Amino acid sequence: MRGYRLASLAAVVLLIALPAKPQSGGELRFVLRSEPKTFDPILVDDEASETIRYLTGGVLIRVNRKTQALEPELAESWKVSEGGKKIKFRIREGLSFSDGTPFGAEDVAFTMQKLMDPDLHSPTGDSFRSSQGPVRATASSVRDVTVEFPAPVAGVERLFDQVAIVSAHSPKKDSAVLGPFAVAEYKPGSYILLKRNPNYWKKDVQGRKLPYLDSIRLDIQQNRDLELLRFKRGEIQLINNLDAAYFESLAKAAPAAVHDIGPSLDSEQIWFNQVPTAPIPDYKKKWFRSTAFRTAISEAINRDDLCRVVFSGHARPAVGPVSPANLFWFNKSLEPHPHDSQSALRRLQQEQFRLDGQVLKDADGHPVEFSVVTNAGNKYREQMVTMIQQDLEQIGIKLNIVTLDFPSLIERVSRTFDYELCLLGLINVDLDPNAQMSVWLSSSSNHQWNPEQKSPATWWEAEIDGLMHAQASTNDQNQRKRYFDQVQKIVWDQQPFIYLVNKNALAAISPALANTAPVVLRPQTFWNVETLYLSNPRPGAGQ
Amino acid sequence: MKVLRPTAAAFLVAVFIVLLFAGILAPAPYAKQFRESPNALPSRIHLLGTDELGRDLFSRLLYGSRVSLLLAPAASLLATLIAALVGGIAGYVGGGLERIALASMDLSMSMPWLFLLLTVRAVLPLNLAPVASLLITFALLGFFGWAAAARVICAGARSLRNSDFVLQAKACGCSSLRILLRQVLPNLGPVLYAQFLISIPVFILTEANLGILGLGVSEPLPSWGGLLRGLENWGIVQANPGRLAPLLLLFVVVSCFQLVVPQEDIPS
Repeated sequence: MRGYRLASLAAVVLLIALPAKPQSGGELRFVLRSEPKTFDPILVDDEASETIRYLTGGVLIRVNRKTQALEPELAESWKVSEGGKKIKFRIREGLSFSDGTPFGAEDVAFTMQKLMDPDLHSPTGDSFRSSQGPVRATASSVRDVTVEFPAPVAGVERLFDQVAIVSAHSPKKDSAVLGPFAVAEYKPGSYILLKRNPNYWKKDVQGRKLPYLDSIRLDIQQNRDLELLRFKRGEIQLINNLDAAYFESLAKAAPAAVHDIGPSLDSEQIWFNQVPTAPIPDYKKKWFRSTAFRTAISEAINRDDLCRVVFSGHARPAVGPVSPANLFWFNKSLEPHPHDSQSALRRLQQEQFRLDGQVLKDADGHPVEFSVVTNAGNKYREQMVTMIQQDLEQIGIKLNIVTLDFPSLIERVSRTFDYELCLLGLINVDLDPNAQMSVWLSSSSNHQWNPEQKSPATWWEAEIDGLMHAQASTNDQNQRKRYFDQVQKIVWDQQPFIYLVNKNALAAISPALANTAPVVLRPQTFWNVETLYLSNPRPGAGQ
Repeated sequence: MKVLRPTAAAFLVAVFIVLLFAGILAPAPYAKQFRESPNALPSRIHLLGTDELGRDLFSRLLYGSRVSLLLAPAASLLATLIAALVGGIAGYVGGGLERIALASMDLSMSMPWLFLLLTVRAVLPLNLAPVASLLITFALLGFFGWAAAARVICAGARSLRNSDFVLQAKACGCSSLRILLRQVLPNLGPVLYAQFLISIPVFILTEANLGILGLGVSEPLPSWGGLLRGLENWGIVQANPGRLAPLLLLFVVVSCFQLVVPQEDIPS
């Protein structure tokens, strides 16, 4: 009898330990925070449309959001040649679009032609434009297609993660898709209903057709308080990009539902205005152009406190332009600049600054006082500048805080250059350094601290220009990494941007949703949507 | 009502006295960040707890109330003076001047002043001290907030224009300026007083609105608008009901201002 009991107990333990069999059916619900501007995957330029493209589009190559490695999707294999000028795909056979139209190499060629059509101004197409000249896509057989570029495109294969293939022949045009779901219903301002693509090609290890979910309902809802409330009620099962305050609030109510995934790709940084023609006094321009001055400011800022107080611990002190979340491109030899007010003061004293009582003065006796601008209404940025204000006060610097509405801020920062210090954030969606080209090239309009230079103003900007061009002109990833590591080191030394924090990626996932593996890359929570399933697959069954 | 009015007035006087001594009563400097205890609950050290940056909420409430409650009456006084000047002259002179003045009041009231305030705020010099930016904000409120009061005062002056005592003064050969200053203005006194009191809560709320948009008084200076932003996160408010103190005080003070205005002077 005792043996029987033990055997029963062992069986129960085994049943619990075994992974549950995925259940098909059910509807996943979450919120889009804005109306998608388009359903055409070629024209996607906003986050809501990108979500639809991710859920419905089939791509040749997919960046695995967890490993950040490239994986074959519609393309069985590919080969890059001529240093990145040519890429040849061998596509899978026997696949069809959601409406039953067969998929072939012609569709890839058609998609590339549409993508590069100058009349369409496709934002996705822009990333393929390495230089003047046409991009040619040729289908040599039903399964082989070659795309040729006028000049080498570094990391070209990674760009295909954004290219959802559209059908050349389907009468349904853009609504014929190769992804796991297809748009079934759209009520503007209210919701978008996606239904399972009956012709989706992927199967699980047991040979069951994916995706497991029947449908996804995306409610269009801008109010984040309501989103949180609906999650608590179980009406939605996912929240991406939670901010720290909401995360903490939800953590108290449902600790099992919140996930701090670690540092994201996004950063918050400050930079001094170094534009020679800026309408600010010459002596201030001299401070702002001094590397020692910028480094001292960086040292005076207590990044650990920013992370702990402003972001409730859900952020990490930032190192540079690449977050540690970017596994391949992050320069691991660099550390965040440590907080050290005394070292900051010593550095400033070496530059002929001196403390006069509680006020820091430069060699000519000007008290060190400047203003920081940031966008009004962003609570975290306002708190960060308030903390920086107190940090700088420790070394005798007076910082005036100015919060402006966003258009006024952009006007000052990018047109009139009537500002001294600015705090803004950078949202990174691309892992490849090519995406940051416009920030680092001194001739670029996005080179924020001193844009559109005719020739580099400093030796280090000239060096960054050279390194960015060099990394873009080779397809050897290790060589590119070496070049970009040097860029990160120069930025770390020179501090044109003083990086403050990398916010953590925070998400909420209902325990009712299984197989989840949230990651820092977008879309954090549903990157593996085809394998997600509901443990209780009734429509609307949340928690 | 007989009891309420003096009670409200006494409460306002008491609040003003407390605020004048904020420097003595505040347990900590309003800008000091106790970074080891952000969002602390009320305690003996921090009577109302601390805000997100660890600043003492009671000290910030004292200083913030001083900012809002001393500058709102100043802005209201400015607005009432402009309204008295424009409305009084227009109502007394009448004719084309009154029509032009009324049209400009209508135009002024129909303008989206919030956006104008945002624009003016955006073009101000960047290195303004928080106190200077605060004074400018309230001065702007005063300059922009005269139109509604001017309409009421214009109507009052118009009714006095043909009154017996004004006609008698005219018959005696008094100059228009003398009649305006000696006859009309003293009789408009209760209306001006009521308009002054009515405008105070309006300006307090306008500053609070600007503060909620992040465009009010610059950090680290506190104001009611800035303090009310602390209510954005309901989770924090639930944890520390002391966060509701600025809202409660705003409600009570605005109500008191309404109660002290003689009901017969409030325009319908």
